[in-house]
This record gives sequence, C-alpha cells and structure tokens, in this order.
Amino acid sequence: MQFIVEGYPAFAYTGGRAFAPSKEAVVMVHGAAFDHSVWQWQSRYLAHHGHAVLAVDLPAHGRSPGAIRTSVEALAGWLVAFLDAAGVEKAALVGHSMGSLVTLAAALAAPSRVSRLALVGTSVPMPVGDAFLAAARDDSPVAFDMETTWGHARNAILSTSPVPGTSLMGASRQLNGRSRGGVLAADLAACQAYRPPNEALASLAMPVLSVAGKRDQMTPWKAGKSVAERIPGSRLVSIDAGHSMMSEAPRATLGALRDFLAR
Amino acid sequence: MAHSGPKPPHPDTLAVHAGQSPDPATGARAVPIYQTSSFVFPDTDAAAALFNMETPGHVYSRLSNPTVSVFEERMAALEDGVGAIATASGQAALHLAIATLMGKGGHIVASASLYGGSHNLLEYTLPRFGIETTFVRARDLGAWERAMRPATRLLFGESVGNPSVDVLDIPGLARIAEAHHVPLLVDATVTTPALGRPLEQGAHLVTHSATKFLSGHGIVIGGVLVDGGRFDWTADERFPTLTEPYEGFHGMVFAEESSTSAFLLRARREGLRDFGACMAPVTAFHILQGLETLPLRMARHIENASRIARFLAGHEAVERVHHPDLETHPDHALARRLYPRGASAILSFELAGGREAGKRFIEALTLFSHLANIGDAKSLVIHPASTTHFRMDDAALAAAGITPGTVRLSIGLEHADDLIEDLSRALRAARK
Repeated sequence: MQFIVEGYPAFAYTGGRAFAPSKEAVVMVHGAAFDHSVWQWQSRYLAHHGHAVLAVDLPAHGRSPGAIRTSVEALAGWLVAFLDAAGVEKAALVGHSMGSLVTLAAALAAPSRVSRLALVGTSVPMPVGDAFLAAARDDSPVAFDMETTWGHARNAILSTSPVPGTSLMGASRQLNGRSRGGVLAADLAACQAYRPPNEALASLAMPVLSVAGKRDQMTPWKAGKSVAERIPGSRLVSIDAGHSMMSEAPRATLGALRDFLAR
Repeated sequence: MAHSGPKPPHPDTLAVHAGQSPDPATGARAVPIYQTSSFVFPDTDAAAALFNMETPGHVYSRLSNPTVSVFEERMAALEDGVGAIATASGQAALHLAIATLMGKGGHIVASASLYGGSHNLLEYTLPRFGIETTFVRARDLGAWERAMRPATRLLFGESVGNPSVDVLDIPGLARIAEAHHVPLLVDATVTTPALGRPLEQGAHLVTHSATKFLSGHGIVIGGVLVDGGRFDWTADERFPTLTEPYEGFHGMVFAEESSTSAFLLRARREGLRDFGACMAPVTAFHILQGLETLPLRMARHIENASRIARFLAGHEAVERVHHPDLETHPDHALARRLYPRGASAILSFELAGGREAGKRFIEALTLFSHLANIGDAKSLVIHPASTTHFRMDDAALAAAGITPGTVRLSIGLEHADDLIEDLSRALRAARK
C-alpha cells in the first residue's frame, strides 16, 4: 500500500489484508538496509488476527524512494509523519534492530501517538564496530557479509531452517545486497550516534516489550535485558535465536508479539 | 581499502552439515527419513495460519517435508542461493522454473547444446502450451542477443553442455540477461557447486538433475531448482505471476510477501501444489548420502576424466576428443577461468569408422556400463545419436555438436588405469 510521506511515496505491506483504520494499528519497522519483508512471518498473521498491520519500508529502503536519512531522529520524524499520512492517531510500534531505535525515538518524540512499543533485537546505545562502519562506508560487499553473519546465530547456515527450503542467511544477504548504495553506511552511523539518556527511557509510560535473542551476536541478549531493566514496567521475552529472530524463531517471535499486543 | 569479514563455512563443510540440525524429536545425528504424507496441526488456529502462509512449517509432503527440506537447504547453501525446491526429477525442476515465470505467449532463448530431454520439452512439448523457444549456438553471444524478443522471459543453457562438452559463458550471458532484464537459468548438472557456482558467475536461477553427480550413486531420480534471489521481478510488468495478485492464493502478491524469495514462494505454492512433481523423502535421504561427499568425488571424477581425455586424444583410433581440459577445445580458456578446479567429468569423442565402429567399441567395453545416465560412481558410455538425442534431426544434432559417430563417456571413480585399459581394448575392437 502506498502513502505519501514527507513528499515521497512510502510503501507499507498490510499483511495480505486491506488496511482497516478502525482496528488497532501495528506499525512494524525493519533494521539497517532491510525492508518490510523481514516481518513476513509475523505481519501476515497479525493482519489476519485483528490488527491493522503496516510493515513499512523506511525512506530509501525497499519500495520507498526518497533521500537517505542520516539519523535515528530523522527516521523517527518520518515515522510519525507516516502515521499522519496513514490516518493513524495511535499505533503499536514494533521495531527490529535499527528499527527498534527508530520506534523508541518516535515514542520519545510523540508519546501520545504510541499505544505500545515492542523492541526486537535491541540495544541502547547500539555500538557498531569500526571495521563494520568502514566496510559499509566503502560500500564493500564485506559489510553485507558482516551483517549476515553477525545478524544470525553462529553457524545458522548449518542448521535446519524454520522456513522449509529457505536459506535464512542467503535470503538475508540478498536482501541487504539489494539496498541502495550508501544506505547501510548511513543506517549504521545513525545507530552508532543515537544515545538517548537513561532518564528518557525511564520516562516511557506506554507498555514496552524487549524481545532478546539468547544467541544474538549483534545486539547481545544482555543488551536487550538492560533496555528492559531501564524502562519501568517493561517486559523481557528471551528467545533461543540470533539477531534475526523473526526468521530464525518465527513462531516464538510471533508469540511474544501476539501476547504483548493482546494485553 | 581492503576489508576482511567473517568467512562462511567452506563448501566441504556445507556439503556435510548445511540445513541439518540434530533431529529435535530424537537427537538423531543422521538425517531422519520423515516418511509421512502429512503433519498434525497443534490446533485449528495453527492449521489456518499454516494454510494461509502466516506461519512457516510443514503441512503436506507435496509442498514440503523435513527430509526433503534438508536437501533443499543444503543445495541453497552450496549454490549461495536464497532457497531451493526439490523436484521429482531434473526435468520437473526445469518445467517448474518455466511454468512459474510464464504462460501462453512466453518465449525462451536457449542453448542448442542441451540434454535431449530438455530439448524435447522446449522444442516439442511447451509450444503446445503456447511457450516458444529459440535455440542458439551456445558460444555465439550475438545469436543470444539477436534472438531476444519482447516476449522473452528466460535465457537457458547448461553450464557444460551434454554431450558436446561446451562451456556456457555465464558471465557473458548474464550481461545480456541484465541488459534485457530477463533472468538467466543455468542447468549446472555437469559442473555441480563443487566445481563452480552459476549464481556467483551472474546467473539468476539454477537447476540440477540430482540423479547425477549430486547423488553419485545412480539409485534415485530427482531434481532441484535454486533461486539466487538477485533478480528484481518488480522492475517492470513482465513477471505478473510474481507482481500481480494471485487469485489461486488469496490474492497474494508474491513479490510483496518476500522481496528475495517471491519466485520460490510462487513455485512452491502454485507449481508444487498444482503440478505436484515433488521429491519423495526417501529420495532426498539417498541424495543427501551422496551429497556429503560431493567435493571429494568431483575431484576424483575430474582427475580421472582429465587423464582419459589426454589418453583418447593421443589414440590413433580416435578422430577428435571434446573435453575442455584439452588445449584444442574452443572453450579451453573459458573453462579455466570459470572452473579452475576442472569443468567436466563428461567427455565425448568421434571414433574413426563412424557409427559401426561406435557399436563395436561400446559392445567391447566391460568396465564402462552402456546406459542412459551420467554422473555415476561407475563409468558410463552411450551413443547419443541413437539414444538420448534420437528425436533430433541432423541439423539439430549438428547444432548440439553431435555426429553419428559421437560417443559420450561419463567418467566414474574407478582407478584411471583400469578405465584406460578397458578403453584401449575396446578401441582395438572398434578398428577390426
């Protein structure tokens, strides 16, 4: 489904159902150099179980054109503008990795627009290694190799995929590889630079969920636990998976989101 | 600035492990044979979610099966693809690829140097369903370019042609494919991922007859279709099966559902569901036993084939040998570039004395088996003009690099000295 946000078309996948503004909106935000399809095994289910799902392609990602945004705050501003464009007064925000920072920043900037906040594979701050940043800055394919390898549990390629016949790491690598030049570097730099104070986290009043992968090599489980500890009243759900838990453990991740959205 | 990143497991490791965790139900380390048609739903909501592709999992073994999935995921890993679909045969894999991409009015440009079964499908059978193919000489990139039409939806060739042993210029064809925004499908049965990976060379889709080197034992029939996930189906309106709502699956737009795996989603949800040419679990199990040793076996196949090619090239009863290891082969340099570990354990040659000498030669062999297969642990021999390619007329045979005297060998894993002894004796018999 197409919207116009900040002057440019913006794509959002609606989970195979027509978007129904009367239902509770769930807006899902992908990570660095990815698109809406990372939510394939959660978004379609939620859309068929009472939610109005909008899994967005951030600007300059997937099917959404527009300028590359260089900060988490700018992406969060776009996300709030997206809610306006979609006619959504209040939504549950679900973000993965960089998307978790974008949804967090949106919740801090416009708390009245956010009914719930689910942070999947999160870390605040979200430090990015120098070698990773440098490879991304040079648009080196090695940066995608790093994102793919560290973005999954160790040796995930040697394990049975929960999606029959699919190479999770192959699909992830190719999705990264489709991203526009400069996007990964900008996304990683934005993650590295975003440092909200702990008092800001403590001020969040809406229900918050942190979903942390026990085998996450990119945002380690401890980081997700720490985020939950700094947000009063928030919940932590641990999942036996790496950073790409939506595909590595699709049912467990869906279960965590479904339970959180039903509360 | 040079960057160095994490290294993926080597192909030898992938061949043994990729796609398989110890069985979660029993701890079995070997891949269990899940000999079941269907899978119990935990509850009605889970059943509906599986049917509607809201959650992944197994429903019915025509669509997917845990044993078959291990083979699919191992092939996807070995080929560096986003996923794979195992099929009842290599022919079924080719048909599945074509039927997923096009219908009536579609057009294919294909190498003239193809396995006879693939040629039959394209030349005689698919036109009945409104799909036309233009055959071109594999080496003539200009001919591929000239054969392109507005309706062209696929380029197709074999990594190493069978039986003429010509080497497909995959990077060259990939440039044509990209320029016309048409996917390139490569049948890599002869090379296997142990010798080269077509997706890395620029192809978009790969098929194999898994009956051949992937298995190595010649005891099952199977195929596989691998998607590289690199082709952008949404760039124009030429692939509506992937970019338009499909009424046969709740109006699903496959390219929206998955940015990289739209092709495989449609192929599984339509092609396997409706055409039904799926792989049996026990077949996947058998193929996996062979696949574990693929890199080891291919090295020996190649070593033996190279020795035999040179032996035949120096034999007075042989007029001509077709094998890319020989400097006289027109694709020698290309083969070295694309397949540095060797390109082919298949070779063909022309016997002095034509068809009659060919018959005497084949009947005098005792170690080589006379049969219609390649890629077995056992060495094999056949006379293509009277068997695998007998439906082709003389012009088509010539285009495929076959003469009435062409003999094809598939070199196995026996000791090369024993194979050469058998060939020597049969060559003497052929001259009588």
